[in-house]
Amino acid sequence: MEKIIELINLKKSFGDHEVLRDINLTLNRGEIVSVIGSSGSGKSTMLRCINLLEEPTSGEILFNGENIQSKSFNLCSYRAKVCMVFQQFNLFNNMTALENCVRPQMVVLKKDRQSATQFAIEQLEKVGMSAFINAKPNQLSGGQKQRVAIARALCMQPEVILFDEPTSALDPEMVGEVLEVMKSLAKTGLTMMVVTHEMAFARDISTRVIFMDEGLIAEENTPQEFFTNPQKERTKEFLARFLEN
Amino acid sequence: MHFISNLTNILATQVQQLGFFKKVVTIIKDYYPNILEGIANTLLIALIGTVIGLLIGVLTGLIRTIPLSKNPVVKCIQKIVNVIISIYVEIFRGTPMMVQSMVIFWGFAGLTGGNTLPVIPAGIIIVSINTGAYMAEIVRGGIISIDKGQFEGAHSLGMNHAQTMFNVIIPQMFRNILPSVSNEFVINVKDTSVLNVIGVYELYKIGDIIIKGNFWMFETYLVICVIYFILTFTITRILRLIEKKLAGNENYVICGSQSNPDAEIKVGGTN
Repeated sequence: MEKIIELINLKKSFGDHEVLRDINLTLNRGEIVSVIGSSGSGKSTMLRCINLLEEPTSGEILFNGENIQSKSFNLCSYRAKVCMVFQQFNLFNNMTALENCVRPQMVVLKKDRQSATQFAIEQLEKVGMSAFINAKPNQLSGGQKQRVAIARALCMQPEVILFDEPTSALDPEMVGEVLEVMKSLAKTGLTMMVVTHEMAFARDISTRVIFMDEGLIAEENTPQEFFTNPQKERTKEFLARFLEN
Repeated sequence: MHFISNLTNILATQVQQLGFFKKVVTIIKDYYPNILEGIANTLLIALIGTVIGLLIGVLTGLIRTIPLSKNPVVKCIQKIVNVIISIYVEIFRGTPMMVQSMVIFWGFAGLTGGNTLPVIPAGIIIVSINTGAYMAEIVRGGIISIDKGQFEGAHSLGMNHAQTMFNVIIPQMFRNILPSVSNEFVINVKDTSVLNVIGVYELYKIGDIIIKGNFWMFETYLVICVIYFILTFTITRILRLIEKKLAGNENYVICGSQSNPDAEIKVGGTN
């Protein structure tokens, strides 16, 4: 399997608080990795480190074998290839849904408006938002915003999309529509890393599950093995609590 | 005798009462070209001063919100520039514009050996610099009040700091600061009155000139006062309308059939 992203001895502290203690992880092309774990276990921080929204305290992050923190590395074009979808959507409030998808293509990928618009409309169709292309973010529901945010990420034609709890800010009725979109993306062979509390998604869609606990990867396995035969005590505890609910 | 003195008193008050309106009419009739000149100068200086002040504010605001560089030399320069901007803001917010205008006007004369600036450009410069100091803080506030997620959203797609600022942050910043900018403009319409100290023919100075001809202190300044109010009130209403227009609508209406995918979809927001 072809490695896309590799985390080597990744550590991150905020002041005295050590959030990531020692993370070693490889993401291969075409994989859909679900990252689960309780709040504060460092899942989101790890994802944000991969996109360099947080600067790692130590350790290395390799993208196609290149260290993303080296001075010669082009961070902006890297971010366009490894896009992120956020819990709070982070759509640009000053732009319509369509413009949200068009402008980054023009600014970052230097596409002309016409081809960017055409491509954006195709992506918005994929997520079922083509009827809302002229809506402003504050006119959309949470689920609709998140689908536009996914389309916006797709517009960059990324190699990897990182999802940071994409359904956590949505009410239960809207979770479904976003998960449907993510499922259809999974089928296209896109590499995805998803921090999530949706166990069904982790179990049914992902190719690998990572369980994080206190800044470390506690367990890593295929979804079948992970959910039916967890190895560690901490994993069993976590899963038991989820199954109760 | 008593009756007569009473009558003259009554007559005198009546003459005075009639006189008030007569005086007002006379002031406007006799001096309307001067008054119009005063209005024009007041609006010109306030408007250009506010616009240049806003540009200064945007420029300083942008400089001050650039993240500190990792390169120690660049970082040092950034810090020095930020300190200079802070000093500028503190000095011009912390001293009266009337005194600033004297210092700048006569300071220039002193430095150039007695050449004074033409008064209207001098007035514009003074109002611009003064407004710039306030705008610097308004713009900085307008930028830092924008949700961090807007920056992160842009960065996560590969936009650099400048691209993020120009495409995402500044347009939102302008909408945020519009009420404060309107406020500054209205304040400037009134505050140009202090420029009379360097001899600008703005509205207050015109009043000053009128009373030297007719000695009707109250009536003249009342007319000037009412004109100021009409100006600021009108401007406030216009700016409020613009703000409303920019705020847009919260609702989004899709015209067309959602059940029939083949139907033509007309999309648009309502205003």
